[in-house]
Order: sequence, then C-alpha cells, then structure tokens
Amino acid sequence: MTLTTENNAKKIGILIEFENGKIKKAEYGVITAAREAGHELYALVTETEEIDCRESLQIYGIEKIVMLSSKPEHLKQNPVRQAKAIIMAMNHFGIHTLCGLTSPWGKDLLPRIAAALDAPLVIDCLHVNFADNIAQKPQYSGKTVADIKVRGTYYIFGIRPNVTEAVEAPCRAEIIHFETNVDSKRFKVKDVKPGASRGVNLSEADIIISGGRAMRNTENYKILYDCAEVLNAAVGASRVAVDAGWVPHAMQVGQTGATVNPKLYIACGISGSVQHFAGMKTAGIIVAVNTDPDANMMRNCDYGITGDLFEIVPIFTRQLKEVPELNQL
Amino acid sequence: MKIYVCIKHVPDSAVQITLMAKNQIDESVTFLMNPYDEHAVEEAVRLKERIADCEVVAVTLGKEGALSTLQSALAMGADRGVFIKTDDPPDAILTAKLLATAISQDGLPDIIFTGKESIDSQGMQTAFRIGAALDIPVAVNVAALSLDWDSNQVSNQNRVLAECEKSGGDRDVIEMHLPCVIGAGKSLNLPRYPTLPQIMKARKKKIKQIDPDSLGIEKPLASMEILKLQVTTYKRKNRILEGSPEQAVSRLIKCLHEEEKVF
Ligand SMILES: Cc1cc2nc3c(=O)[nH]c(=O)nc-3n(C[C@H](O)[C@H](O)[C@H](O)COP(=O)(O)OP(=O)(O)OC[C@H]3O[C@@H](n4cnc5c(N)ncnc54)[C@H](O)[C@@H]3O)c2cc1C
Ligand SMILES: Nc1ncnc2c1ncn2[C@@H]1O[C@H](COP(=O)(O)O)[C@@H](O)[C@H]1O
Repeated sequence: MTLTTENNAKKIGILIEFENGKIKKAEYGVITAAREAGHELYALVTETEEIDCRESLQIYGIEKIVMLSSKPEHLKQNPVRQAKAIIMAMNHFGIHTLCGLTSPWGKDLLPRIAAALDAPLVIDCLHVNFADNIAQKPQYSGKTVADIKVRGTYYIFGIRPNVTEAVEAPCRAEIIHFETNVDSKRFKVKDVKPGASRGVNLSEADIIISGGRAMRNTENYKILYDCAEVLNAAVGASRVAVDAGWVPHAMQVGQTGATVNPKLYIACGISGSVQHFAGMKTAGIIVAVNTDPDANMMRNCDYGITGDLFEIVPIFTRQLKEVPELNQL
Repeated sequence: MKIYVCIKHVPDSAVQITLMAKNQIDESVTFLMNPYDEHAVEEAVRLKERIADCEVVAVTLGKEGALSTLQSALAMGADRGVFIKTDDPPDAILTAKLLATAISQDGLPDIIFTGKESIDSQGMQTAFRIGAALDIPVAVNVAALSLDWDSNQVSNQNRVLAECEKSGGDRDVIEMHLPCVIGAGKSLNLPRYPTLPQIMKARKKKIKQIDPDSLGIEKPLASMEILKLQVTTYKRKNRILEGSPEQAVSRLIKCLHEEEKVF
C-alpha cells in the first residue's frame, strides 16, 4: 500500500531540447519512455523564448511545463547556470528522477547536474526501468550492453535518441514560470563558433549515408549529399576521411566520432572496422556498397551491393527520385 | 604550474569482448591507455614544453596492470605518476572522489586533464565529478585550448579559453578561471609516439602508489552497480543484391520500401 502511494507520487523531470526553435523530434521518444513508468511528467524548459512548446508537449502526456529563467545572468547557452536552475526546480517541485536526450547538450548538462547532486547517472540508455531504477546502456564501444542498478536520492538518465518510438497521449499541460538567480562566475561562454558541417545532427538522424576512404576527396562527397537530399538523410564519414581532411570531424561515425542510431545506415566504401561499427551497430537496417564482397561491412549488413560507389550511388539517387513517398516530403 | 592528467587503463578498442562472469569481462586481452586520455597527456606535455617551472603528474586508478598505462604517460613526457591501486575498481562516483582526493593530497592543481569519455564504461561523467569534488569549473570535449599564464599571478587570476565541440561541429568558446578540469576531445591534438629512449627514461621516473583505503573516503550513498553484462549480437539479414547496377539498386529500393518500410 505504502509502496503504491510512493510510486504514484513520483515525478519525472524531462529536459526539453530545442533545435531551430522547435522541440527536437527525438525528445518525444524520451517523453514516451518516461511516461511508461506512470509518474507525473514535468517538462523542464531552459529556453524561455520557445513559448509555443505547450501544444506539442501536451500531445505526448506532459502535465507540467516548467519554464526556467534567471536574472541577472540569463540561462541561455550556459550549462553551469542551466544545471543550477534545474537543480533548484527539481528541489522545489520534488523531482528526484531526471531524463534527457543523450545529445551534445545532454552530455554536457546531465553530468553537471549529477555531479552537483552527487547522484548516479547513466548516459546513453537504451532502456530504463523506472520502477527498479535499472538502466541498460552500451559499454566497450557497444560490444556489450550493461544492466546498471542505480541507488541514491536522485536518479539521472540520458536516453539514446530514437530508442523509443514516440506515441501520443494527449492531456492538458499547465505552464509554470520558475525564476531563479543563478550565476557562473568562473565559467563563461564567450562565443559560439559555427561548425563546418552542414545539415542534420548525426546522432539524431533517421537516415545516414556515409562515405569512407573510397571517397578519395572532398568534392566526391557531393554524390552523397545529392542522395541525402532525396532521402532527407544526414551525411557521415569514416575516420580515414576525417583524418585525410576531406570532411570535418563532426561527420565521423564510430568509436571516436558520433554514435548513431538511425533507422537506415548506408555505408559507401567503408570496410567496416570494429571502431566504425562501434558507432553504428545499433542501426535498424545497414546497407553496404563496396567493391569488395568480402569487406567486413558487406558480411555484416542487411543489404549489400557489390560495386563501385561512384556508379551505384548516382543510380540510387536517380531511382529514389522516382519513389512517390519520398517526393511528398 | 601543476598539471594533473587522469588516465585510465582500458581494453584495446579492437579486441573482442567476452564475459567471465555475469557482470565481468574476460580481462586477458590487450589493454591500453584510453584514447581520449592520450590527447589529455599530449596537451599537458605541450603546456609543459612552453611554460617554465611546470610539472605534469599522471594519475590512474586501477588494477595492477594499469601500471603499464601510467608508464606510457611517463614516456610521453609526464614527470611522475600516482597510482591508486585496487583489485576492485569502483563506480564513477567513488572513482572521481578518489582521484580528486589523491590529487589534492599530492599538490595544488592548476589544471586537471581527463579524457571526455572512457571507452570501456563509457560513463561520460568523471571529469564533472572531479570538478564538483574540488569545486572548480569543468569543460569537456575540448577541441582547442589556449592558456594565459602568468606565474606571478595567483592561480585563480589565470584563465583558459577552451573550445568545446557541440553538435554539427559548432564550438562553444568557454572562458574558465584556474584551477579547472579539461576533458580532452579527439580534435585537441595529435598524440605523440614515444621513442625508445623516452620509454627507457620513463622507467626511472617516480610512481607513488596509494591504497584507496588510505585516502579516508566514506563510501558514498549513491552508487551505480553493474548487475549484468551481455555481449551484443545484431543479427543481420546479409542479403547481397545481384544483377546489373540498375537491377541491384532497384531491388534495394524495393526492399527498403516494401519490406523495411523506411520510406
Ligand atoms: C583508437 C581508434 C579509434 C578509431 N575510431 C574510429 C572511428 O570513430 N570511426 C572510424 O570510422 N574509424 C575509426 N578508427 C579507424 C578504423 O580502425 C579504420 O581504420 C577505419 O574505420 C577505416 O576507414 P574506411 O572503412 O573508410 O577505410 P578502409 O578500411 O580503407 O576501407 C575502404 C573500403 O572501401 C572499399 N572501396 C574502395 N574503392 C571503392 C569504390 N570505388 N566503391 C566502393 N567501395 C570501394 C574497399 O573495398 C574498402 O572496403 C579508429 C581506430 C583506432 C585505433
Ligand atoms: N579509473 C580511472 N583512473 C584515472 N582516470 C579515470 C578513471 N576513470 C575515468 N577516468 C578519467 O575520466 C575520463 C572520463 O571517464 P568516464 O567518466 O568513465 O567516461 C577518462 O577519460 C579519464 O581521464
């Protein structure tokens, strides 16, 4: 009896992340995963300009939206202040479980909060059992999955993008404004230098087409970009292509690059090293295009085409343009 | 200036992982320095080469075998080592407390370097926990670092600018007061390969061995315990599409469209 009451009173806080003024699509999967626990969901929003998030959040079952702000030092883009404000909100609303996306933002913010609270933290969760506080996450470059039991007063989880399909559960959300006055005296964000990579963030992309050593230079990546445009995909690369300077490091998939979890991963002229697989082995479908039928990528793909990518990819792009479903986009 | 670098002894990324017990891997494989920590050591040694009167101390917590990773750091140019030796390495919460305590008992750090992530546990948190334990600022995934160092100043008047890599290659330029924690990313530098004489010389450098119990840390209330490990297997269909390039591609599109419904 006591147990049930306790469980019912549990609240889960969810960090809401925006991109180009909109809530990130992968965020709805995080909300759906958290909702399965049956607890009250609090959305924590640090970008107060994004006022229009109520409609989208209540569709997915968020009941409380906490809009955080701080004066005189604002929260925007400063993870130290954001972490402090979120901790204040967690304590104020009695939130002991916090979830966010395992995105670059989440990877910076969640551990700051966990460290300050001396709380356990599991990042990159494939699944979280909120009742028992057991999280599943990849370790050893994705060669194993660990079940991790966390104990403490707070529980913090970073959820890997796209592991849970978003499901709607409409309700009415209440908006609460929560003002703080946090500062960050010894940590200042001076500037943001825009990156060299175009298009979508790899770690949250639904479809990725990547090129490796076989691409030979920067210009040749155009054929991948042309294909990506039709597929609404992001373009990735192997480390060889990054080290050769053909593409920026932000495009690298693998153990020392991005970990991705797309529905479809198309590897063009990539041999399939252990380190490359470490970044993309959880992809839904893997397609390989390679001149060598014995390449590791060809042996470990769902669909393979033996051939020259410079011939195959343009044909693929041309034929995709004839698929009606893709042209409605 | 005093620089500490935290380095972890981890299985080589290329080895196959097999299990010994339900929550333990078979450790009879090659172990190396965590790749991000190589960038951390490299950056520390480069600072030392520029700054007069600078000491670089490599710190590791691990089993007996971690000594070889400590020696690699010494061969790369660290001056001495601190080895917190344990047969039972704890979770990241306690590890960070032990590292932070060992460092502050050893000296007054101006910069503590770590890697942004260890490739075995992939915890992505130790840098932040060390920062919290010592109450100093932290930046991770650092791709470029510049230091304004004036040894006549008190340490916290000195600052660093750290460029932290974010999504799409964007970089946040962070200014932090010293002392601070820097989590090295892959773009920070190109780690050196020590020469044979450097490796030989490193054997003479001092390593202080510490028993974790001697650091006087109470077991934290919060913990993360690995209940179970599973080796991942992803079953792939492995269908090679035959025919001319046109035919193979059209079969592929048919599969993706009709069977897999990705579009
Ligand atoms: C610590 C460490 C970390 C690493 N981290 C990463 C990482 O994060 N990501 C990563 O990718 N690598 C990483 N690597 C490197 C990795 O080991 C491989 O060297 C790298 O992945 C190989 O890249 P590749 O497949 O593009 O090149 P290759 O292995 O050279 O493969 C090229 C492939 O292209 C095929 N090919 C050639 N011409 C054509 C053509 N015209 N059309 C079609 N196919 C063609 C060839 O048959 C071959 O299979 C890491 C290595 C180490 C040691
Ligand atoms: N046992 C350890 N000994 C020394 N440094 C460590 C240890 N564990 C983690 N670190 C440091 O913390 C960084 C991040 O580790 P993690 O939080 O496990 O991803 C690593 O790159 C190391 O620099």
